[in-house]
Amino acid sequence: MTAVTERLALDRPAPAVRPSALAAVDRVFRLSAHLCALLVLAVLVGVLAAMVHGGWPIFRELGAADFLTSSVWDVNTDRYGAWPAIAGTLMTALIALLIGVPVSLGIAVFLTELAPPWLKHPIATAVELLAAVPSIIYGMWGLFVLAPLVARYVQAPLNQVVEGMPILGTILSSQVPSGTGIATAGVILALMIIPFIASVTRDIFDQIPTVLRESAYGIGCTTWEVVRHVLLPQAGVSIIGAIMLGLGRALGETMAVTFVVGNANRLSASIFDPGSTIASRIANEFNEAFGLQMNALLALGCVLFLVTFAILFVARLLIARVRAP
Amino acid sequence: MTPLAAMAEPGAARGKTDAPVRIACRDLNFHYGASRALKDITLDFYDRQVTALIGPSGCGKSTLLRCFNRIYSLYPEQRATGEIILDGRNILSPSVDVNELRSRVGMVFQKPTPFPMSIYDNVAFGLRLYERLPRSELDGRVEAALRRAALWDEVKDKLKEPGTGLSGGQQQRLCIARAIAQRPEVILLDEPTSALDPISTGKIEELIDELRAEFTIVIVTHSMQQAARISQYTAFMYLGELVEFGPTSRIFMNPREKRTHDYVTGRFG
Repeated sequence: MTAVTERLALDRPAPAVRPSALAAVDRVFRLSAHLCALLVLAVLVGVLAAMVHGGWPIFRELGAADFLTSSVWDVNTDRYGAWPAIAGTLMTALIALLIGVPVSLGIAVFLTELAPPWLKHPIATAVELLAAVPSIIYGMWGLFVLAPLVARYVQAPLNQVVEGMPILGTILSSQVPSGTGIATAGVILALMIIPFIASVTRDIFDQIPTVLRESAYGIGCTTWEVVRHVLLPQAGVSIIGAIMLGLGRALGETMAVTFVVGNANRLSASIFDPGSTIASRIANEFNEAFGLQMNALLALGCVLFLVTFAILFVARLLIARVRAP
Repeated sequence: MTPLAAMAEPGAARGKTDAPVRIACRDLNFHYGASRALKDITLDFYDRQVTALIGPSGCGKSTLLRCFNRIYSLYPEQRATGEIILDGRNILSPSVDVNELRSRVGMVFQKPTPFPMSIYDNVAFGLRLYERLPRSELDGRVEAALRRAALWDEVKDKLKEPGTGLSGGQQQRLCIARAIAQRPEVILLDEPTSALDPISTGKIEELIDELRAEFTIVIVTHSMQQAARISQYTAFMYLGELVEFGPTSRIFMNPREKRTHDYVTGRFG
């Protein structure tokens, strides 16, 4: 056996000798790829550590529960409560989802089920371009175009309608119809998250086998029935993942919201009154903050970071679970 | 006599009836965009008979099947011209309500396609679309359909469980139950057993033979043995043309066309 192998080896030309420098290059290359990957982890951990460290005095002196639930934010007396910003963040995100999710699903259904081929591509491209519009543009547009329209055609008439009504009178009336406020910020956010939810949802629908769709049409379903009873349940939790992806963006969006949210430190019961979100509060105050105020802003950042991180993490898990039948 | 022809004989003998025509195809042409997939197909399908469409891949047999419930019209670039007469009406006419047509012409696909709902709802779903039935009657119709599809005994204790939890063969019988629950006139089967194991295939074939008592069945199959076993009539297609149509026994034993002879004796395809 050995003899045979030797003879075979002799028959073949000797393998080309490669310069040993190549091996060293390969080692450097592999090492640097590892380092690049580790950099991501290091940044993530570093940012989190810096936020926690910076916010720590607040959690220590006020207690996490007090900080999160108090609604007084007064720089002069050094009292800091996160609740108005947290409530504003949740409220704007909720409004954004209420508007954005149905529209996004409509876009996804249109693109996968209804659009004639010549219209499919332009609309899909337009949706992707919408995602590429810088948020400062949305902010400027919101402040100079949308806010005056809201003030004139929504707030003013609405104030007259809901005046004196028991619950609606509180939620929908505005003290000063300026156009800026939680609701306007929610609308702007909706526009910003629609491209994300719509394109992920479209991808999810595209992954559902054609034959399942044909079976549903094959028993006489209308498009609505196919979408409602077959496609949406089949997509299932993945759709929720796509929505959470949009939610994560809505919570963290800063620039556009700061332009239109009104930046009030008070908590108002009306969605048309000015408010603030965590991100807008930080953007407004961080430049001139010092001492405990700085710690309070870092603590706010820490809360936002953890919440959005958790939401995006869960969203990815859910999206990955597109099930094939 | 070839072995295939021997197998074909009993089924074909039963099929020699003067059944009325259920579907009449007249000069049917089909285009995918610019390419012509069916060429002047003129063919009759007999009431309560199993007609098999055979031929090599790409011959147009699935395309022909997809005309009978106009499922092709989901895709704008596909179009059919000519006539397909069902119940005295040309179903290719634009005035036909395709959803209603599809509730009268059931279809079962190559891969089992249970909907993402319970076993019960998979069958009841199609019924609820077109009929408002009281609960008890709905239960009865679902049970009858599942019994008819030879699935009842296997699923009666787990009707609330998802249809996707069944085995492949059971899922396919669930799809057949779903189709027959609507009491269609015609059932279209597009290679219904090609994704199944031999035992499941056997069950489906027995089922098809029983369903013939009530329904007109058109089946596309790649297996000539299957065509011989379960069909009374066979149409051999090649490159978008109908080459030969006749009682299954004659197609397999005594084909008139050389191409048919070559195909059924396994010389090509």
